[in-house]
Amino acid sequence: MRMSDSSLRLVWVYPDLLSTYGDQGNALVVERRARQRGLDVMRIDVRSDQPVPTSGDIYLIGGGEDRPQRLAAERLRRDGGLSRAASNGAIIFSVCAGYQILGHEFINDLGEREPGLGLIDVVSTRGEGERCVGDVLADIDPQLGLPQLTGFENHQGITHLGPTARPFARTVLGRGNGTGDGTEGAYNDTVFGTYMHGPVMARNPQIADLLLKLALDVNALPPTDDRWYEALRAERIAAATQPA
Amino acid sequence: MSGNSEPLTPRAKLAVTAGKAAAAVSRAAGRGSGSVIGGRVALKLDPDLLGRLAQHLDVVLVSATNGKTTTTRLIAEALRASGPVVSNALGANMPAGITSALAGGSDARFGVIEVDEKYLAGVARDVTPKAIALLNLSRDQLDRAAETRMLAEKWREGLAGSKAMVIANADDPLVVWAASSSPNVVWVAAGQEWKDDAWSCPSCGGVMQRPGDDWFCGECGFRRPAPSWVLSGDHVIDPHGSAWPIHLQLPGRANKANAATSAAVAACFGVPPQVALERMYQVQAVAGRYDVVSFLGRDVRLLLAKNPAGWLETFSLIDPPPTPVILSVNARGADGTDTSWLWDVDYTRLAGHPIFVIGDRRLDLAVRLEVAGLDFRVCESVDEAVQSAPPGRIELIANYTAFQDVRRRVGN
Ligand SMILES: [Zn+2]
Repeated sequence: MRMSDSSLRLVWVYPDLLSTYGDQGNALVVERRARQRGLDVMRIDVRSDQPVPTSGDIYLIGGGEDRPQRLAAERLRRDGGLSRAASNGAIIFSVCAGYQILGHEFINDLGEREPGLGLIDVVSTRGEGERCVGDVLADIDPQLGLPQLTGFENHQGITHLGPTARPFARTVLGRGNGTGDGTEGAYNDTVFGTYMHGPVMARNPQIADLLLKLALDVNALPPTDDRWYEALRAERIAAATQPA
Repeated sequence: MSGNSEPLTPRAKLAVTAGKAAAAVSRAAGRGSGSVIGGRVALKLDPDLLGRLAQHLDVVLVSATNGKTTTTRLIAEALRASGPVVSNALGANMPAGITSALAGGSDARFGVIEVDEKYLAGVARDVTPKAIALLNLSRDQLDRAAETRMLAEKWREGLAGSKAMVIANADDPLVVWAASSSPNVVWVAAGQEWKDDAWSCPSCGGVMQRPGDDWFCGECGFRRPAPSWVLSGDHVIDPHGSAWPIHLQLPGRANKANAATSAAVAACFGVPPQVALERMYQVQAVAGRYDVVSFLGRDVRLLLAKNPAGWLETFSLIDPPPTPVILSVNARGADGTDTSWLWDVDYTRLAGHPIFVIGDRRLDLAVRLEVAGLDFRVCESVDEAVQSAPPGRIELIANYTAFQDVRRRVGN
């Protein structure tokens, strides 16, 4: 077991800057599903004037508006804690603006190229066309063994994958990374990025379980009663695929 | 002060008449009150009509994410102590609806106008208000509205050129930042339970410090202004230090805050707090909100909550457990088509209540409650939910179109 002591340290990075579209729901889902498996969870919310602890097991980062995104990138670079945690093998899951920050660079609110943390081999630019808004359906990388991804996207950014990043999913519906190559999100080893809000884990609790399995270094977890998640998934997938 | 001595121009008169005719046609066709369509017709004929209708009035504008309809109603009641009032009491709060409401009040002295947040700067330019009340600003309908901070920015720009007296909530950093561009501000410590939209300084992006009821930015010095009116429990303290009791039929802390702000507005027009607050007691329900209806033999109180801050204030006013609670959520156009805001609401505050879930998006809500570790039951209709609820008065909390659906069903 990779976990420190007997409690899972779940770190929610910069809720003061990066917490739009209910992304803190991801932290709630991971916490709930860990507790349902009898794990002790220590949830650590790190505001942007506090150092990011390096000893977390799972780190979550949400989406944000353009200016807070730049401030968050500046502070994360200066702090260095998240990068150190990543090099120690921590599991990191990021959404939208947070995903862009974990790449090599993105376009900030001033229209300039802002360096990210380079934890995922991606580069983000700003799309010229219409904002990507709406329901997304995508097939997750078979290596990860997860069911179809359902989520809600709302972003202007376009993310290009470098040679070492693997696409997190291939879109069936929606724009995903916005590059036109049908990819959605990306990951390098245990660092994940996606454009999916919703929050994504409310519709895809198996992503939360994947992070838990990686943190615990196990292949399976005790089952949970997922009927409401399943009902919601079925409803949203049907709504996305039916003509309006 | 202002009377109706200046007549409307012939063009404005024609516009008002045409607007009223359009509203009558719309009403006859069964499309609601017709106020919005009437206003649209009138504005098309005379784009300056809003300003012309308002120049005969002492205008008060009221804007906020939450509480603007109720506060508009409270201010209107208070100002009736001094003269006739015209108001968009039913919440038609965009320029067409406002025009329509003003066109119906040719004998009024005061215009008390609720304005949608996105239109405040424009309406403030058109109607030259005497006073502007700003209650709070928080996230709402995220997938289509501008970002909260950009709204604050628009308010700030709009208020910079206004001569109006601005009555603003000192406890909401976004409101303070928006209002402090105005030279004439009366600060009201009206409180704010919701804090999640103001951890980042609106002025410099620094991290806000929030010890107790105070707040300040550690980086640029932007801080809570000293209030001249203060809501303190069940009393409002005026600038002279006198405490006036707030007695309302409307429930909850948020409505006491609305009353405190309304008293400060009324004082700007010479209505003393005692008189203003006594008149506010008359307000019972506002467009169906807070109404207790009898449905299928049960008493059901109807509560509207449109966004995370609104849900939080509503949780603090409902009767304690084991009072049953029905929750209804839709995600149609007027609600915002994305339900992710559910995750910004702390539903664990409902622990101990029997909970029943209805509405178009009851499954989103079910997952949210499951993750909060609450017991709940998903129902197909308000009928089923009411019939399943254990004895006692039922609290029903719904977002915008869900609330309208429920009102139609229970005949309110
Ligand atoms: Zn500051």
